Parts: sequence; structure tokens; C-alpha cells
Amino acid sequence: MQSVVVRFVGDSGDGMQLTGNLFSSLSAILGDEISTFPDFPAEIRAPQGTLGGVSGFQVHLGKGVYTPGDKADVLVAMNAAALKVNVNHINKHSIVICDTDSFTDKDLEKAQYTTDNPFTELQLPESVQIVPVPLTTLTKESLHDSGLDLKAIVRSKNMFALGLVCWLFDRPIDHAISFLEDKFKKKPALIAPNVKVLSDGYNYGQNLALSVNQIRLEPSAVSTRSSVRHTSIAGNKATAWGLIAAAEKAGKQLFLGSYPITPATDILHELSARKDCGVITVQAEDEIAGICTALGASFAGDLGVTSTSGPGLSLKSEAIGLAVMAELPLVVIDVQRGGPSTGLPTKTEQTDLLQALYGRNGECPAAVIAASTPANCFHYAYMAAKIALENMTPVILLSDTYLANGTSVWNIPEMQDLPRIRPQSVPDKLSATFNPAMRDERGVRYWAYPGMEGYCHRNIGLERDAEKGTISTDPLNHEQMVRTRAAKVAQIADSIPLLQAWSPDKKTNNDLALIGWGSTEGHLKAAATELGCDVVHFNYINPLPRNTQEVLGRYKRLVVCELNSGQFAAYLRTQMPQLKFKQFNRIEGQPFQVEEIVKELKIDD
Amino acid sequence: MIDELIIDETMTAQDFKSDQYVRFCPGCGDHAIAAALQKAMAEIGIPPHMTAVISGIGCSSRMPHYLSPYGFNTIHGRGAAIATGVKTSHPELTVWQMTGDGDCLAIGGNHFIHSLRRNIDINICLFNNRIYGLTKGQYSPTSPKGFVSKSSPFGTVERPFIPAELCFGARGTFFARTLDVDMPTTVRCLVEAQRHKGASLVECLVNCVIFNNGTHSYIADREERAERTIVLEHGQPMVFGKNKDKGLALDYNTVIPHLIVVSSADPRVLVHDATTSDPTLHRMLALMGQPDTIEAKTDMEQNGSELPIALGVIRSVSADTYDAAVHRQIEEVQAKTGKRSFDSLTRTLETW
Repeated sequence: MQSVVVRFVGDSGDGMQLTGNLFSSLSAILGDEISTFPDFPAEIRAPQGTLGGVSGFQVHLGKGVYTPGDKADVLVAMNAAALKVNVNHINKHSIVICDTDSFTDKDLEKAQYTTDNPFTELQLPESVQIVPVPLTTLTKESLHDSGLDLKAIVRSKNMFALGLVCWLFDRPIDHAISFLEDKFKKKPALIAPNVKVLSDGYNYGQNLALSVNQIRLEPSAVSTRSSVRHTSIAGNKATAWGLIAAAEKAGKQLFLGSYPITPATDILHELSARKDCGVITVQAEDEIAGICTALGASFAGDLGVTSTSGPGLSLKSEAIGLAVMAELPLVVIDVQRGGPSTGLPTKTEQTDLLQALYGRNGECPAAVIAASTPANCFHYAYMAAKIALENMTPVILLSDTYLANGTSVWNIPEMQDLPRIRPQSVPDKLSATFNPAMRDERGVRYWAYPGMEGYCHRNIGLERDAEKGTISTDPLNHEQMVRTRAAKVAQIADSIPLLQAWSPDKKTNNDLALIGWGSTEGHLKAAATELGCDVVHFNYINPLPRNTQEVLGRYKRLVVCELNSGQFAAYLRTQMPQLKFKQFNRIEGQPFQVEEIVKELKIDD
Repeated sequence: MIDELIIDETMTAQDFKSDQYVRFCPGCGDHAIAAALQKAMAEIGIPPHMTAVISGIGCSSRMPHYLSPYGFNTIHGRGAAIATGVKTSHPELTVWQMTGDGDCLAIGGNHFIHSLRRNIDINICLFNNRIYGLTKGQYSPTSPKGFVSKSSPFGTVERPFIPAELCFGARGTFFARTLDVDMPTTVRCLVEAQRHKGASLVECLVNCVIFNNGTHSYIADREERAERTIVLEHGQPMVFGKNKDKGLALDYNTVIPHLIVVSSADPRVLVHDATTSDPTLHRMLALMGQPDTIEAKTDMEQNGSELPIALGVIRSVSADTYDAAVHRQIEEVQAKTGKRSFDSLTRTLETW
């Protein structure tokens, strides 16, 4: 097999995220490409065994992995409710491992079954291989003399399941053991029981020779690569690290002002743990203070950053306008979730695009870029900081739940290999005449900040005189300044890469192009591989790459695929009214299903 | 951090004036505060380039334009949050916040209480004229109940904030009150505010000559001011009056002791201690002569108040500051780990 999709599902307290992460990491170490996606409810602990409390973690591993996969080839269900919720997430020929100890009358009632046999009630196709395992009983047997209390023993059943899955994929468990040793280094008493139950799970598969065959994946190319180091990284962590790298490269202090919000909070978590790197974080009193403290730090000469999700971006609008007006560098990270309002806090969507582009009062252009894989959140966070510092503008970086919580393999860069960042510091020769309206030949104003002698000035959110930098209400001056600010953002196009079409056969001569932006890149590539068409994918949204029109003009059919009702399509139409864009949209709070795109566009043919 | 600052004793008020024409209305109390700020900054001696003056929106928030240091006239209500960012990122800077009763207590109320709670080392000048001036005359969160304005033509039906009470409620460590026409007290409060480490709130009672003229006339009146106010000084007996013949004492004959006016010769006259961490007495002093309804205010203006209105530094308590604590924690972590570069950070990862 080339690749396989494994889905771990259970109660939100069953440790499915940990189990999934461990399995993904040890697969990656063995050289698999991986892409993961956790899917969990908004409730921290919904009532045990109920449909609302089911949490999942999906990993796609093997070769040619662009997405976490549509449907699972292997489903590991820790209870009857999880089985029921996920019955539509499995392939026809999948293997379903299920804890049959969770099939008591009470369990089945909580999961709203009407008969006592979930497998028949769910009408699983005959081609599905069901592997009933009394996971809880086996875990109890494994740990009966461990000294742990019953609750702790039962909680370890996820490790039994992990052991079993390791056997199924013929994965040695040594790496899992060393991960566990690392995870529990502060609670060493838990290491031995976890290792024991993991091994017992593995041996259970081996000894009983379950009525399923082991799955052998073809070795992937990743393992044979050069000296580049790899790790698997989640989008939020990659984002945080991109900022750390950019601050170091630019010689700036990194300052994060943020207010906790799902699904962006892990950025705050990571950066507040990075005092070793000298990162300053303020957990502000609200979203507005989050951005305002960051802007205060920018005013004082730092790399100011704020992180949030859609509702927070709404609250930050006015302060983004101030950053536009004051022409200060600022990175605003929006980890999008389902909206509007509180919406679907833990689900993924691309519905903040137009808010990022236009959601402010006045003519208020900001640079907008988007990451497209968990690992490249590092690169685009780095580039967001670079663009902000070099162009004295707020940059909105769009991520989303899918990228934030998903993981992919990151080729770890060295500082020396990262692109240079030259903050727009004021040249010494201007000290005698400096005012905050002075610009270079690109139209980017110079940055002077408190602490610098000879550059004292007053910055404002009021309109400023184009020459003197002081308050001005002159009508023609205002129009000139509106155009100046727009031109400043537009010229960023000179320093971003040109757009490149992607083709599964590397020929780029197809009639059809799937167009996308942000986190759908993998899904579109996987769909294009099946359809034999091209993908034109965007990371730079405002400004667009210079050759956008030229690239898109090559195709007879352009289909903009996005997880909203057509925001990027609407934007492209305003930019290139002569081109015709069709749309493929899903607004379900879930990533695309590759199969759906393929089906839809095949019929279209 | 103040120990590391270069103090320039040759600075004059002129060094802190900007080249901008001052556009406060003629007769506005803000003119006097601007002059007092320039004097106070000169007395403090921290050079303009090491000073940042942050403001929000409103008449008072125009202040940074008239001062020579770095200034940032931002958006409505957010001055405290932006000042928090400036000071936390760069504790070596001296940071002032200029704000008004609307900017600070209405739209910016949340940032205000949290800056006090955190005890971030900034100096907050709260210009209290009990009215919205720049939007041309609406009531503010400090307008007494019943106040008639353009947005309350039949009188307000809501109770006002008393800034001192809010300050103590938010665990503020420094509170001073001054009056636009009392230049020496204003300068002294501003200098003390800067010397105090932590969030320092200076309530500047200012007159809005256009929309709320005479709101502080009860104490602004030069003839009567000495009888109607007491200027508190740490370590000094609480005496007042033209002839310094009156003093404040606590009457213990009620379940909860209360302040009374006695002869300055009375041995019960209290000595002001601004540094007690318990705010009970500070609160009693700050709440003297603070009528919260129009009726009570008119009554005070016509019939006088038994207790004087307190000016000067009422509370100045030492406590750890947020900005210092943030940087100290980073130093503590780095003392153990060393300052980590990005490359060394990536070496902590499990890689293959």
C-alpha cells in the first residue's frame, strides 16, 4: 500500500489526541509522510459515552500524502458512541477495531442505539472487517498488579489500542516507549504501567494473530533524504516558531499581546513558554488590549504580534486601522474557525478572508497572507513578520483550525538559511529633519522609536500631513494619503514570489485549474492528481503575485475551491473582471473531502 | 529601572514643549495641565527621547502634540493598553498616559482597571471635566446623577463613578488629585506620580469652559479654596484653612469611624500616611466632598461641605510592577537555560 488513513476515536477524555499523536510521530520517524487532523468537540468533557463527547484524531501516512485523508482505512473506536459517530468516516474495506466492553446496555442507551448489536444496527458493509476487542478487560488484566487504581488502569486502555495498532502496521514499539518515557518524565511511576500495557497490546495482536493481516506500507522517500532534520509540527507551534525566527533574524524583540481564544491559544501558550528565547507575552484583558499592547510594542521598536480567531479579529478591527494609519509594523494572526459570531469554535473554515481584506472603517489596506500546511505556518509567519518590518504595515496572517491543530513534517531550517529581514529603520542622516511622514523610494515611511535621540515625533490615528507628518484635515492631502497608503501595500508585490501553477504530471498544460488559498492546498493537489488537472494555489492574497492574471489566463476553466461561500472568488473577480471563475464551496466546518471535489468536477466535465 | 536613567538636571519646561500651536479652547483647564506637565517633566529630568506620551481620543488626548517627547495619539479608550505595550516591552522608557473621563472611564474602562490591577509603571493623567467636550457636550461617567446635557435633556438617570473609588477597587497603588488652577499642587502630584513605581493615577480636575463651565468652581474659587480643600502631604498633619487652623480627625463614636473637622491644635489631628497598604483611610479622604447627584452638588455649592475636598497625593504604596516582573521572569528562566537562539531551540526537538 502507498498510504493509509487511521482514525482514533473515543470519549474526549479517552486520550485519543495523545494516542494519535504518538502513532503519527513514530510513523514519521520511520520515514512516512504524515498529515494529521484532530477533530474534537467544543465541550472539554461532555458526558462520558455520549455522542456529543466523541473526539477523534485522524492521521494519513505513507507516500504522496497531501491531506489527513477523507475516510479511514483503519478505525479505532474506544466505545459504542464513537463507533456510531464515525461510521460515515470509514472506507468500504476498512478495518474497525472496537472496544466491545463498552457495549453494555447502559453504554448502548447513552449512545442512542435501539438494539443490542451496534455492528448490525449501523449496517456496516460486509466488506468492512470488524475486530471486536475487549480492550477494557484486557487492560485491566494487563495492569491488575500495577498498583494503579481502577480509574487510572481503565484510562490506560488507549495505550493498549496503540500497541495493537503498532502491531497492525508492523511498527516496532521502541519509539513509542521512548516517547512515553519523555512524556511521563515528571511522573516516573506511570512509565512502567504505560509501557506494559502498550507492549501487551502489541503482543495481543501478535499472539492471537487476529483475523486481520498486518498492513505493510511501502517505505517512503522522506527517510532517505539528506542531512536536513525533520520533525512533525502542528500549525500553531510552527507559527510561534516562525515569529521567533523572524525576530531573531531582524534583531528585534518579539512581543505578543493576546487573549485566549480557540483555536489560536496554542500560539500564546508556546510563546509564553519561550522566555528562554526572550519572548515577551502579555495575556491581555481582552482582544482589543491584545492588539493594542502589541501595537504599543511596535511603536516602541519591537516586532509586535497579536494572535486571535475570527471573533477576536472583529474586535481588533479599529486597532488594525490605527496600525495602518500610524504605519507601524504589526503581525495579526487569525486562526480561522467556523463563524459567524461564536459559530463553531473548534471547527475549520475559511470565512474570515473578506474580513481580513476589508473589515475596517475607511480605506484601510493591510497585507494579507495565508499558510497552507501545518509546517509552512512557520514560513508564512516568518514572511508576515518580514513584510511588516520591511514595509511598516500590519500584516494579517490567515491560518485555520485545520492547520493549527493538524501536523505535518517540517524540514527544520537553520537561521543562516532564512531570508534576510531589514527593518525599515530611519537612516542616521535624517536625524536633523526627521518627521513621521518621511518615506523611501518605495513609499515606505521610516521607523524611529522612543529611546532614539533626535527623532522625537508624534504619531497619530488622525490623518497626517503628507509632508510634515502633523495632523491635517486638508481634503487634497487626505486623498493623497489614502493613495499613498494603498500604493505602499501594493508595492509589496515586488518582493513576494511569483505564482506557480502546480501540475500532478509537472506539465501545466491542462485546461482546468483548481484555484485555492490557505489550508486547502493539500486537498486540491490530491484532487488534481485524480482529475489530471492543475492547481493554482495562493499564499499571498493582498497584494496578489504580479503574474496572477497571466497564470490564470492560461486556463479554459477556473474553479475556485474554498471553505466558504465564495469569498476568494469574489475577490478575484474584482481584481480580474475579465476572467470567469466557477466555484466549489463547502461550509460544514470540516476540511474538504478530496472525493467530493473529484466527483463534482468529473460530472462537470 | 529609574536608577539606570540619565537624569538631566539642566532641563527646563521649554525643553518639553513641542513646536505645535496649542489648540485647547481659550480658558480650558487643559492649558494649565500642559504647562504643569512641562514643568514636572523638566523637574524629573528624564530627557524627551526616553519618554513616551500615549493618549486615546478626546480633548485631553491631544496633549501629546504639545509635548516634545515621543507621542502617540491613538484610538478612543485604548491609551492604557498601548501604554502597557510600550512600558512592558521597554521598561527603560518613562511612559505617560493622557486620558479623559470618557476615554478612561467609559470606553477605556476595562484597560484602565487592568492597568491599575497589574500595577504597570505608567503615569495616568485623568483629565476630569465631567463632560464630553470633543463631541460637543454629552454627559460622562463622572457627571452627577441628574446632570442635564445634550444627550440627557431631562437629566441623567445613572450614577457616576468616583475615580478614586474605582482606583482603590482595582487595587491601585497610587492616587493623587489636583486642580487645573493649582499649579504647584499639580506639578508636585505629577512629579510624585513619575517617582512612584507602578500605575500612578492623577485625577486632574479641569474646567471645560465651553460645555461645563464652573463644574469645579466650588474649589477653584481662589478666595475660598483654602477653606474648601485640604492639600495632603505624606508625613504632615492634615491641616487646612487660610490660617491653617483646621484639621482632620477620626471620630470613633460611631460603629464605623468617620472623618471630622477639628481645630488644628486638637491632638487628634491625623498625620497623613500615603503608604499604608490598607486603603480604608485613603478612601475616606478621597471621598470627601464628592457629591454624586446634581442636588447634592448644588447643595454643596450653596451651603458648603462639612469636609474639605482632598488634593495632593492621597495614596502611594509600593508594590511589584508588572513590567519589572515580566522582565525578571525572563531573566530567571534564562539564568537556567541560557538565552536560546532559534537554532538551539530546534535542537530541543525530537527529530529524524
